[in-house]
Amino acid sequence: MENSNACGLPQRPYWPAWRAGLALGVVLLLTFILTGHGLGATGFTTRLSAWLGDLAAPQWTLANDYLGPMIEDGSVLSSWITWQVLGVFLGALVSAYFAGRMAWRIEGEASAGRIGRLLKALAGGILAGFGARIAAGCTSGVGLSGAAVLSVAGFVFLGAFFAAGLVAARLSGGGVK
Amino acid sequence: MNGLFASGGPLVAVLLGFGFGFVLERAGFGSGCKLTAQFRLTDWSVFKVMFSAIVFAAVGLYVLEQIGLVNAQALYVPIPYLWAIAVGGALIGAGFAVGGYCPGTSAVGLMTGRIDALVFFAGLLIGTYLFAGFFPQLDALTTAGELTRGDRLPELLGVPEWLVLVVLVAAAVGVFFLGGWFERRARAAGQV
Repeated sequence: MENSNACGLPQRPYWPAWRAGLALGVVLLLTFILTGHGLGATGFTTRLSAWLGDLAAPQWTLANDYLGPMIEDGSVLSSWITWQVLGVFLGALVSAYFAGRMAWRIEGEASAGRIGRLLKALAGGILAGFGARIAAGCTSGVGLSGAAVLSVAGFVFLGAFFAAGLVAARLSGGGVK
Repeated sequence: MNGLFASGGPLVAVLLGFGFGFVLERAGFGSGCKLTAQFRLTDWSVFKVMFSAIVFAAVGLYVLEQIGLVNAQALYVPIPYLWAIAVGGALIGAGFAVGGYCPGTSAVGLMTGRIDALVFFAGLLIGTYLFAGFFPQLDALTTAGELTRGDRLPELLGVPEWLVLVVLVAAAVGVFFLGGWFERRARAAGQV
């Protein structure tokens, strides 16, 4: 089999897009059947932020209009989305391990430099974390899951997401290479 | 409903999340390089995978509704606060292009040993604190532009659901053809 990865060291090829897409569709459909909602990610990072904030700066966190009410509700991490993201961590680990794709590395440091790449990753994370709170969800929760139920929100999200991504990639040197 | 084995309980959540993370890694979505190649238009995996998953789940839900196995009223549909969704979606798209990941894929990337994905993930928390700090100013934006004509495309457009699904299936096929064309062109030009 040819090496389908143009992003660094030779390694075992990924699944073709149609197979990954169908498998993702099956997981998404099962999630809706079993729970009535889709898959997510930033529901967890938001709760993790509230939890860590409560540990490090309890007064600020409790007084904050956004994070405070989450803390008041009790154990902020005790939620469906926490378990689901824990599953994501495990699933990614198992998949990468059995595919021989585990390795410590900074992807993209060859073109952006080590510090430059990490600063870009940090900036991107801040933008995405901030944006996800405005949209009340991320690519998984609003984009993927929202579009699967044919919601207007899902398709508006995907349109804005990809349009901004195309422009931002042009302006910032073409993404991770 | 709150037992360990209930469908809304921890075990089902971990299993579904496991499938999600496993498939994303197999698709190559733990790699910021492969993900952002979509924006360079040299690798269309992100479009192809997302589109086929959306179409599969949407058609599946429709069929299960028709035979009475799924109650459409019970499915969660996000509220169309159009400004909030568009601004938030654009910021996440920009963050994706600059940082290499979106929130879910950074969780996958960091588990495969990518330090940059771990840093992106830490950035998500900082972005959340930033939002929380400016919440009094941002609160109104999170519910801005509510569309009241319908939460879903069939109701908004006034067309039957099967028609929307037919268009989506055709669009997905189109994405595979268009993406394939761009990918062959990038290979021929030595960009991949």
